Amino acid sequence: MSAASLAHARHVLSGNPVTALAFGLFALLVGTAIIGPELVPFDPIAAAGPALQPPSARHPFGTDAIGRDVFSRVIAAARLDLGMAFAAVAIVFACGTLAGAAAGLFGGWTDRIVGRLADTIMAFPLFVLAMGIVAALGNTVTNIVIATAVVNFPLYVRIARTEASTRRGAGYVEAARLSGYGEAHILFREILPNLLPIMMVQVSLTLGYAILNCAGLSFIGLGVRPPAPEWGIMVAEGASAIISGEWWIALFPGLALMTAVFTFNLLGDGLRDIVDPRRRT
Amino acid sequence: MMLAVIAGRLAAALPTLAGVVVVTFLLTRALPGDPAAYFAGPAATREAVEQIRAQLGLDRSLGVQFLGYLRELARGDLGLSITTGQPVLSDIVARLPASAELTLLALLFAALAGISLGALAALRPNGWLDNLCRVIATLGVCLPAFFTGLLLIYVFYYLLGWAPAPLGRLDAFAAPPPHVTGFFLIDSLLAGDGETFRSALAQILLPALSLGIFAVAPIARITRGSMLAVMSSDFIRAARAHGLSARTVVIAYALRNALLPVVTTLGMVFSFLLGANVLIEKVFAWPGIGSYAVEALIASDYAPVQGFVMTMGFLYVLLNLAIDLLYRVIDPRMEVTA
Repeated sequence: MSAASLAHARHVLSGNPVTALAFGLFALLVGTAIIGPELVPFDPIAAAGPALQPPSARHPFGTDAIGRDVFSRVIAAARLDLGMAFAAVAIVFACGTLAGAAAGLFGGWTDRIVGRLADTIMAFPLFVLAMGIVAALGNTVTNIVIATAVVNFPLYVRIARTEASTRRGAGYVEAARLSGYGEAHILFREILPNLLPIMMVQVSLTLGYAILNCAGLSFIGLGVRPPAPEWGIMVAEGASAIISGEWWIALFPGLALMTAVFTFNLLGDGLRDIVDPRRRT
Repeated sequence: MMLAVIAGRLAAALPTLAGVVVVTFLLTRALPGDPAAYFAGPAATREAVEQIRAQLGLDRSLGVQFLGYLRELARGDLGLSITTGQPVLSDIVARLPASAELTLLALLFAALAGISLGALAALRPNGWLDNLCRVIATLGVCLPAFFTGLLLIYVFYYLLGWAPAPLGRLDAFAAPPPHVTGFFLIDSLLAGDGETFRSALAQILLPALSLGIFAVAPIARITRGSMLAVMSSDFIRAARAHGLSARTVVIAYALRNALLPVVTTLGMVFSFLLGANVLIEKVFAWPGIGSYAVEALIASDYAPVQGFVMTMGFLYVLLNLAIDLLYRVIDPRMEVTA
């Protein structure tokens, strides 16, 4: 990023405290995911006190049905939840952007095959397809990540394809072609770098959806195995307790989940203002 | 003219339906581990496994297997559920009305709330309703549906005691109404059974609300945006200049035009709703096809899951088709290009 665009980003941020807040929350989340599990006061997978204790000074988020400290579990879960979402988005970012850019640049059969693939995925309600993929590939965390990447594929393809096809005839692409560079060079060195800013906005927006998708899958009992701390499974564990009034077991992991999704959505909107001011709403 | 349009759209949906079938087939072949060993059970000998493999047709080429799969499909054979011991198709048919009733009620709620909120917000930009709309649109998409459901249960069942226990479609003492549509709300009214109707309504309100809240945000956001654009257009200014009442201008002129983009986003809303439906059914022990698939998935019973994925794929394609046709009904201009 050049000095001018840094200055531009600073200008946008100073006029937009909400985006600054989103960057702050993002730093907090990532920090929690990296060092949180090291810092927690109690072992997240071992009993730390009597079961079903409401929030207190010793256990700020209370304890769950087998006496584990909910606060420690919520903090420790950030690593797995964010890890799954980041991995899924990294996969789909690489594959989806490449496939979409190739479809937009080359047209013809590439376009038809990529388009048909994306349409077929879009023919399913996305969460349902993700369930089917996990059922077929096996009930593991890796497959949750793969399923989440697959269901996001059409979105990346569509955006990368549109952006690439509008740049197909751009001056710098023509110039590269006239200089004798091949289509692969044009795809990787001319088109893809120019798609990065737009795709980064998409990355941030889909991170929120990816977290919801992974947490939803583990909520219904897929992938993550107890006693591993993970927000979706923790909400599921708290579901039976909430009917008898123990609200804290499900509430805090649910709030953590919401905060993470909220942060990524705000961040995506903010990034869009910086990258693509025309689409500001 | 309309029939030709419908036929054309149906034909265009065929490749998508074929795609659904191919994906479901591929999902059945990608079963974790060796399906033959799985179906033979842990104590089976090598010969028994090979016998099962031949029985299931797994020793033949993928193409032959696909043809066999199509034949079974044409007969309506989606396999047997190990958990219930019933054919998957009859299980799904029996449970579909429960899911459909829940999803449609949630959509009705989301559409009413989302459209009125979005339209009212657009009439007074930056007023308090507009700010409320913005907060809902931002927060609503962050709420995991299963979490909203649990919060509502805590407040309305545990704290206030207004809602019944979140355990299915009717309370334990009520008998289901005679089967006509499978929708308990409609069937109980047809039977003139007010008590069953009240019981069914009390049970469905919270799950429908939790599911609907999820969809209010996108609908309100799109309605607000398109209403803002419409309200500043020339024909609205002309209608106002002709002295039409504010009510006529807003409802008959502006809202009707503003709803077009809303209808196109319904497809996306349905994708959300049908997915979140699975989670809500689990939270509220709702006996629909979502909870059926979840129970089967936990029991490693794969045929129901595959039947469920395919049913949802088909339903979703057909819903998109219906939305497309609805769009043509609302916007007569589309007929020219059709």
